[in-house]
Amino acid sequence: MATLHFELVAPERVLFSGEVEAVMLPGSEGDMTVLPGHAPVMSTLRAGFVVVTSHKDQGSRVLVRGGFAEINPAGVIVLAERATPLEELTPELIDREILEAETQRDGSADYEAREAANAMIAQLREARETLKF
Amino acid sequence: MPSLKDLRNRIASVKATQKITKAMQMVAAAKLRRAQLAAEAARPFAERMTAVMANLSGGITIGPESPRLLAGTGQDRTHLLIVCTAERGLCGAFNSSISRLAREHAVRLMGQGKTVKILCVGKKGHDVLRRQFGQQIIDLVDLRAVKQIGYGEAEMVASKVLNLFEAGEFDVATLFFSRFRSVIQQIPTAQQIIPVELGTGTSDVTANEAVYEYEPDENEILASLLPRNVAVQVFRALLENAASEQGARMSAMDSATRNAGDMIKKQTQIYNRSRQAMITKELIEIISGAEAL
Repeated sequence: MATLHFELVAPERVLFSGEVEAVMLPGSEGDMTVLPGHAPVMSTLRAGFVVVTSHKDQGSRVLVRGGFAEINPAGVIVLAERATPLEELTPELIDREILEAETQRDGSADYEAREAANAMIAQLREARETLKF
Repeated sequence: MPSLKDLRNRIASVKATQKITKAMQMVAAAKLRRAQLAAEAARPFAERMTAVMANLSGGITIGPESPRLLAGTGQDRTHLLIVCTAERGLCGAFNSSISRLAREHAVRLMGQGKTVKILCVGKKGHDVLRRQFGQQIIDLVDLRAVKQIGYGEAEMVASKVLNLFEAGEFDVATLFFSRFRSVIQQIPTAQQIIPVELGTGTSDVTANEAVYEYEPDENEILASLLPRNVAVQVFRALLENAASEQGARMSAMDSATRNAGDMIKKQTQIYNRSRQAMITKELIEIISGAEAL
């Protein structure tokens, strides 16, 4: 089966780099699954899970919090500001992120910033639900 | 002429100092390796970011509607200097060379009649610049408690900068830090981060050929990317700085250890000479005393 090259890059390290069969991205305008031969797209990401499917493992998940994805003929590159693999994820971590987002929201007077923070909180809650801790 | 006891004490104290500098050198070497690894691990993100930005802005003409982080405020009156230095001393000329570069820059800008504001990251730069630019320094970011610099710290600095920019506090921001070339060479560097300076030549050729779909549109992506870019640049500067600091400290402590070694050698020689002279003198006294009988 055809594969595509996928890279997940966080500011501090490269989290994933290799050939995969499919990647599901939480795009800001809806989730999308990228298969080999996808049209070139640039998209911003919301908070959510990136799901990677490859020969070796079916659906390893990484939680990303905001970022950016570039799909080009060579492969997929995700620049994630904060990325945590599922194995390292704990409910406390998500709760902390939610709390952080809430403080940020309460601290800013700007309407748009508050809306963005609200959306972020909702997405994080959703992520927490999905995990069913 | 110092007595033998004085000399002995002096040698012992230099030896103790040598042990400290030697230990500091070894600690710096270990930390340097870690800092270098961190800087290398962070490179892909920064490179991709730059490539994407260059790609995006290539298709956009800078107009009055484009994001201010890219186009600037249209003025060049107030400059913000972000001076990144170490929290600790004893690292050779590291802190002073960054501060010197920043000071020259500030003096030149002030000579042109522009307003200068300084944001210090790291205590040492603040200590040096405070004397001359006490009124210009608007804030000090203290990273003393931070052991390993993470993206969080960079985000914190970047959000401070962005808030100031939003409030219209400055027009141009320049970042001062030390680029890590090698253990013995660190280059103090000034880099303009607001408005963004993009290289005209893009490195990613394959990406340029493709026609992208944008989700949402280009301007919105750019608008969300630009503030992140500031954080990324700050992060890179902090990491380079951390590596440079350890490198500078390592070479400074290496030469300090060597100096201490030289001093011990010299002092020991003086000590031995005067000890022998003392013995000879005592012998002469005894002999001449016996002859007199």
